[in-house]
Amino acid sequence: MSERAADPREFEGYRRADGRVGVRNYVAVVPVSVTASAIAKAVADDAGTGVRALPHQMPLSPSDAARTQIESVLEGVGANPNVAAALYVALGTEDIAAADLADAVAETGKPVETLAIREAGGTEAAVGQGVDLAEKLAETARETRRETADTSELIVAMECGGSDATSGIAANPVVGDACDRIVEAGGTGLISETPEFIGAEHIMAERCVDDDVREKLLSRIERREQMADLMGVDFRGAQPSPGNQEGGLTTIEEKSLGAIAKGGTTPLRDVITYGNRLPVGGGFVVMDSPGYDVESVSGKVAGGAQIVVFTTGRGSTTGNPIAPVIKVTGNPKTFQRMHENMDVDASRVLDGESVRVVGETLYDRIHDVASGTLTAAERHGMAEFAINDLPANEVATLGDPT
Amino acid sequence: MKGETIDDAAIRMAAADNVVTALEDLPAGREFDVDGEMVTLAEPVEFGHKFALTSFEPGDTVWKYGEVIGTATEAIAAGEWVHTHNVVSTRGQPSTESGESAETDESTESGESAETDESAESDDAKRGDA
Repeated sequence: MSERAADPREFEGYRRADGRVGVRNYVAVVPVSVTASAIAKAVADDAGTGVRALPHQMPLSPSDAARTQIESVLEGVGANPNVAAALYVALGTEDIAAADLADAVAETGKPVETLAIREAGGTEAAVGQGVDLAEKLAETARETRRETADTSELIVAMECGGSDATSGIAANPVVGDACDRIVEAGGTGLISETPEFIGAEHIMAERCVDDDVREKLLSRIERREQMADLMGVDFRGAQPSPGNQEGGLTTIEEKSLGAIAKGGTTPLRDVITYGNRLPVGGGFVVMDSPGYDVESVSGKVAGGAQIVVFTTGRGSTTGNPIAPVIKVTGNPKTFQRMHENMDVDASRVLDGESVRVVGETLYDRIHDVASGTLTAAERHGMAEFAINDLPANEVATLGDPT
Repeated sequence: MKGETIDDAAIRMAAADNVVTALEDLPAGREFDVDGEMVTLAEPVEFGHKFALTSFEPGDTVWKYGEVIGTATEAIAAGEWVHTHNVVSTRGQPSTESGESAETDESTESGESAETDESAESDDAKRGDA
């Protein structure tokens, strides 16, 4: 890849007080637990454009290990530079304090508010107060204008869901090419979904910049396998999924070898824990995440990724509340059948177009989307969000992942 | 990563591969010229699915992307469809008992993961003819 000239180019983004640059300008309404999720959604619905809810299912009192992970994600989505201001909504009895999350996010210099449902006096009062707070925050957000930023300030997260044989042949190599371009321009590109490294560990291990990173990567993969075993799941047997198999994928090795192509070819510089802060200008990195695509995307967005590139052979419609998700398919039938949900047609590779040419098309699209062009998922209001839970018994046996 | 297309209807991802992927729904009887050798499809092969370029004995290694993707569980002739009915992972026994809950690592399967490490022994033989 070294023969490729770095191709830095610019986009128009929202520069935040901490220097990071957003590609969207949202007010995030973040529930601290499941008990506040419906109210967070009602607040966002009533407050109008630019206000996004991130409803989830996490309990009032998670286990200690799960709590750390949940806190990272809840804080991370508020801190993401696509978010201009955040409102944390709690019932008021959660183990995780809304005030602590707000304080942590306020360190980025953005306005943050909290709302306690019990203190407010119930549902209607809480929604009313929440809408007032969100509208005030949105007013502040509107004062921020897009300004010129550099590709090196982008963190782009690669993801796949609904894979078939075209994923590894066309879509993932195209995404890998764009990932290389982002990294060579000085930005950060990343993949996650640790279970989908099984059968391709040796290739990923070779890409690690040093022994520390290699050890970290291999231990995380092993831990995912052990956790599955403890949960009574032989996920090597459950992978590829029935849908993947129908699409022509025979074994986990075949799926993994295709999946890691999303990460391109540059050196692997670090392995980041699920939901933790990702480096700006960090090159190619991995986030240790489960294989479930919505949780994986949510973890990467919590880490600060501004844009998600999502390949799908069979056709996924998934989006995210605060980050644009660019859909890439290598399956010509899926591109035709689900045209309204797709952004980039990588099936041209199957007709003989080079991966590099389509990779450049995607790289251009990433910059367009960074500057404000809506993705298919955004146009259709697709906004899935889910936090990965940690099974307490298994964590007790295996120890904390960090 | 880029492959080499064969007669515009199949793609071989790496020179060492002994299976190729169909780029369209292929009928039985379709012939392919693979490096001067004719391979005739013994059965229909769907878009995205694989067929064998060479013959396999049980335990032979299946190569795609220039990497090991599994082990043949039965004899496979050149031109036959290669999939879960005649290939298993080298990492555990794929299970077909649960027909749902796709896409996540949380789909539950029964626990045991039979090791098939002995499958590695026939690698060299297969690699040689690729």
